[in-house]
Amino acid sequence: MARRIPTRLGDGSLAEMTAAEIEADLYAGSEAAVGRAKVAPLTEDEIDHLLDIFTSPAKFSAVDYGDEVVLSFDGSGNSDIGAPILEQVVYQNHHGADMIELWHHDYSYKAVRTVLSFQTRMLKDTQQQTVVPLNYGAMPDLGRYSQPDGPAPNWSELLTQGRIQEARDAQLEAVEHLERDMWCVAEAMVAAGVDGLDFDTAGAAGDADLLATVRVARKVRDTWPYIGVEIGQAAELVLGMHGELEYEGTRLAGQWPLGQLKVCEAAGATIFGPAVKLNTTKSLAWNTARACTLIKPVTAEARIPVHVNAGMGVGGIPMTPYPPVDATSRASRALVDICKIDGL
Amino acid sequence: MASSHALASGMGGMRTAGDLVARMQMTRGMRLPQAKQYVAEKLGCSVEDLSDTIAMHDIRRDLGLGRIQVQDLSYADWPGAMEAKFHIAEVLDLPLNSVERFKDHAGLTAGAAVL
Repeated sequence: MARRIPTRLGDGSLAEMTAAEIEADLYAGSEAAVGRAKVAPLTEDEIDHLLDIFTSPAKFSAVDYGDEVVLSFDGSGNSDIGAPILEQVVYQNHHGADMIELWHHDYSYKAVRTVLSFQTRMLKDTQQQTVVPLNYGAMPDLGRYSQPDGPAPNWSELLTQGRIQEARDAQLEAVEHLERDMWCVAEAMVAAGVDGLDFDTAGAAGDADLLATVRVARKVRDTWPYIGVEIGQAAELVLGMHGELEYEGTRLAGQWPLGQLKVCEAAGATIFGPAVKLNTTKSLAWNTARACTLIKPVTAEARIPVHVNAGMGVGGIPMTPYPPVDATSRASRALVDICKIDGL
Repeated sequence: MASSHALASGMGGMRTAGDLVARMQMTRGMRLPQAKQYVAEKLGCSVEDLSDTIAMHDIRRDLGLGRIQVQDLSYADWPGAMEAKFHIAEVLDLPLNSVERFKDHAGLTAGAAVL
């Protein structure tokens, strides 16, 4: 009887699989990405390497000497200490963070703008106490500008009523509000001494959300060429909530990670963060193979650093608040070894 | 999870030269091999040294680039956080926004540097 190896499902729960079952899942995960995104599958050598990683009985897995990458740690700090500046110091000193990020609990540029003076003061104080580069991060979060929480008509309701043009107009109205808030925060943070801005989970509300993000990114880079702009994506596919929006001639809806990269490069971003979500009922081998297949073409063509989102529920990391060490380390190593990423 | 990533694949932050390589990525958009090469040349060390805590411990001390404070290695006459960033800007030949704003607010320059 074949030896059963401890591994995990996408929800983090333990599962035991044979090496043959894991290998089959690696091929299936890669094929799942090929079928949707029209990318090349992983090679046999790459599958063999992933098989070595996922069939190892070791509790921990790591990259080879010299292959270490930069960890940008969006949303660094856990809010458990209750002292945001101190938490940045903890991430710098005790978690080996190469970059850190100050953020507000209500992780949205719309919310941040209402407490901006407090956040800029905190950022300035953080810069006095830390050495590693410091981002300020939040979500563009376009949905917050729709009624009843925001000023624009609710396009999700309009779409279900078949009022397509009104839904599109509402999104463009929201884009104007979002760009204004993102720019307001950017100006204040640069004045306070920030090293870079993180536009996190861009495209979460679809193509209009991403459009506002890349427009502001372009403006930031044109205004302050030495201020970094990291654009982290919300998912592997940009939803066409509007459907017709373009940035510099590229339609945003339906873009997979490689297309998202091109748009972010055109906007002047300095770091691109692809996000590939998990299927919680599939094995980590399946999910990691799928993520690697979608991200490999990105790193092959990128002109800017690629920092893959690898946290709870994305990038092969289980969808749980406390991702197990065995799972996290395997996904971390796999992304570096297979995709030749620049960071996480 | 943060520690798992740091141990599995991270450069090491201030324990090594991870923060310096990160600066070249975030401000110049350099890819990893290019950023590592740039920093190694500026520090006068090998690319391999950049991820070696022992090698970087001495290099950071000699260049005043800041080190993590630990009880037996922390001296008040060594550069603190803001002071270390002045050295980093000089060694990497890279304007740092926090340093330029500090100079501006402290009246150390006639005006803010154009970044």
